[in-house]
Amino acid sequence: MTRGRTVAQVFRASARVAATTVLGLLLAAAPTAGQAPTYKAPRTGDGKPNLNGVWQALNEANWNVEGHSAAPGPLVALGALGAVPPGLGVVEGGQIPYQPWAVAKRLENFAERMTADPEVKCYLPGVPRANYMGHPFQIIQSQKHVMMLYQYAGAVRTVYMDDHKEAPADSWMGWSNGRWEGETLVVETAGFNGQTWFDRSGNFHSESLQVVERYTASSPFHLTYEVTLTDPKVFTRPWTMSMPLYRRMDRQAQILEFRCVEFVEELLYGHLRKPPSR
Amino acid sequence: MHRRLASGILTGAAVFAAAALATAPVGGQSRPREAREVRKTWTLPRTPDGHPDLQGFWTNATFTPLERPNGITREFYSPEEAADIQRREAARLGQQADAPSTAGQWLANGPGAAPKPGTEADVHYDFSQFGLDRSQSPIARTLRTSLIVDPPDGRIPPLSAGGRQRAAARAEARKELGGRWDSAQSNELDDRCIIMGAGPPLMPQGYNSNYQIVQGRDHVMVLAEMLHDARVIPLDGRPQVSKNIRQWMGSSRGRWEGDTLVVETTNFNGKVGYRGSGENLRVIERFTRIADDTLVYRFTLDDPTTWTRPWTAEIAMAKTIGPLFEFACHEGNYGLLNTLRGARAEDKKRADEGAGRETK
Repeated sequence: MTRGRTVAQVFRASARVAATTVLGLLLAAAPTAGQAPTYKAPRTGDGKPNLNGVWQALNEANWNVEGHSAAPGPLVALGALGAVPPGLGVVEGGQIPYQPWAVAKRLENFAERMTADPEVKCYLPGVPRANYMGHPFQIIQSQKHVMMLYQYAGAVRTVYMDDHKEAPADSWMGWSNGRWEGETLVVETAGFNGQTWFDRSGNFHSESLQVVERYTASSPFHLTYEVTLTDPKVFTRPWTMSMPLYRRMDRQAQILEFRCVEFVEELLYGHLRKPPSR
Repeated sequence: MHRRLASGILTGAAVFAAAALATAPVGGQSRPREAREVRKTWTLPRTPDGHPDLQGFWTNATFTPLERPNGITREFYSPEEAADIQRREAARLGQQADAPSTAGQWLANGPGAAPKPGTEADVHYDFSQFGLDRSQSPIARTLRTSLIVDPPDGRIPPLSAGGRQRAAARAEARKELGGRWDSAQSNELDDRCIIMGAGPPLMPQGYNSNYQIVQGRDHVMVLAEMLHDARVIPLDGRPQVSKNIRQWMGSSRGRWEGDTLVVETTNFNGKVGYRGSGENLRVIERFTRIADDTLVYRFTLDDPTTWTRPWTAEIAMAKTIGPLFEFACHEGNYGLLNTLRGARAEDKKRADEGAGRETK
């Protein structure tokens, strides 16, 4: 019997000890720090987690990666079709850590988004935006290469699994080097040309952007996707987005063609059409 | 089967150089000695799933025209004739004044189809530049006089009644579109950066005629560098998509027949209209790797609404050095934008002069 403490206090103290012990046991049993006990995906022929399949994000990140409410669209004629759906946001911590000058630049981008957003012009979407557009993408895995093939604009990423090199030239989709860390495919991408955005709201980066992605199968039906962005020209520190990527379970799911160049020719070149002669 | 496919194809091809041809074997041999030796010691590699490994970077750049040139009736050149033709072509391509304007022209008309010096066609590309100089690329040499192997005359079969009708309708539609610089839409598909010869079939392009093949267990991907067009070929026996779905590259289904990948593609939207074909085109491709550095690519085009009979061509693809580069054609299409601007500026100038006003 302890002196100077109530029964309740003793009970709470014992409970704390018990909880600490249980927690200690759990932590001891858990795998590497930061990972909960994991699902193990079936293996490919060469023994790697099998991420082959058709995947798609199911969120509003392509409208705005930060949390946002619904809003009218910029084109009156589209009515509710063109309105912005609300989104919980996929940025960890809620806000992108822009440098002060970049906050202003982002607002400028937003104001000019109908002409400045590369998506309007059917331009290649860059990384990571390609992964969360309203279109599926397909992963085809071999020993040396993991291909990521996007329905939107037929964008392609080759992830080099060995023979890692620096980007030989700048590009829209960057240069990707990949490796396996246990169950996770880690992809490091750089060599961007700075012309892509993160979403339709003008969230942006420079050509110095470096992207580290982690793809981990969390069930037979979805991947956990985490992506860290580093760009000392634009942000005050690295920041991370995360979201599930869902397996398209439609029977015989396949990506189709969204060759949008044809759809934007009037927009881009219509003003240069020769007027019909009288 | 491999013998027939391989006949006339010189395996063990390295980087083609005109000088190397000086040492080409002479005499009456039908196949160079080193080719037979290579085939004897080479084993087809397999992927971890046990399938033939066709993976890597390949080019179908070739000096052989699609159709047999006029005046040639035999199926094969002798090694000396082929060496001579290629040497002359390499030399000719190296001279700017004689450079063909597009590989298409060259492929269609065979060696000797030089545009008039000083014309737009003549100055379009400098084929003596390293990246455009075909003699600098790996090429799987072949002794064939045409890529077409069937019909036996090495020529595309005649158009059927339907084909002729559509050709006439297309010519009319072309007229409606007006001159080449009247609008973006009156240009060719490659100038518009919509599609450039990714087919199928995979026909050689003027430059960067490179492909990457990557195999998963149930899918094969063929990526054409021009213009970053990836074709996904499911191997799991799934049915084809709805006939309402029509695509520029159609929709492909693949299967293994022994060591050959057979791919059937239908559901074309007909807008590419390769050699006059339309929506009903059916392409059957066969990929067979016969050496470490040679992938035989054979394709059959079947469209009774276009041609009187199917026709088949064979191209030997040579291993090339990767990687494939991103070709952001549309994103950088200043060519189309500026030629249209220039054409409208010229129109305005003509109109102003015609109205007797001074231009600014």
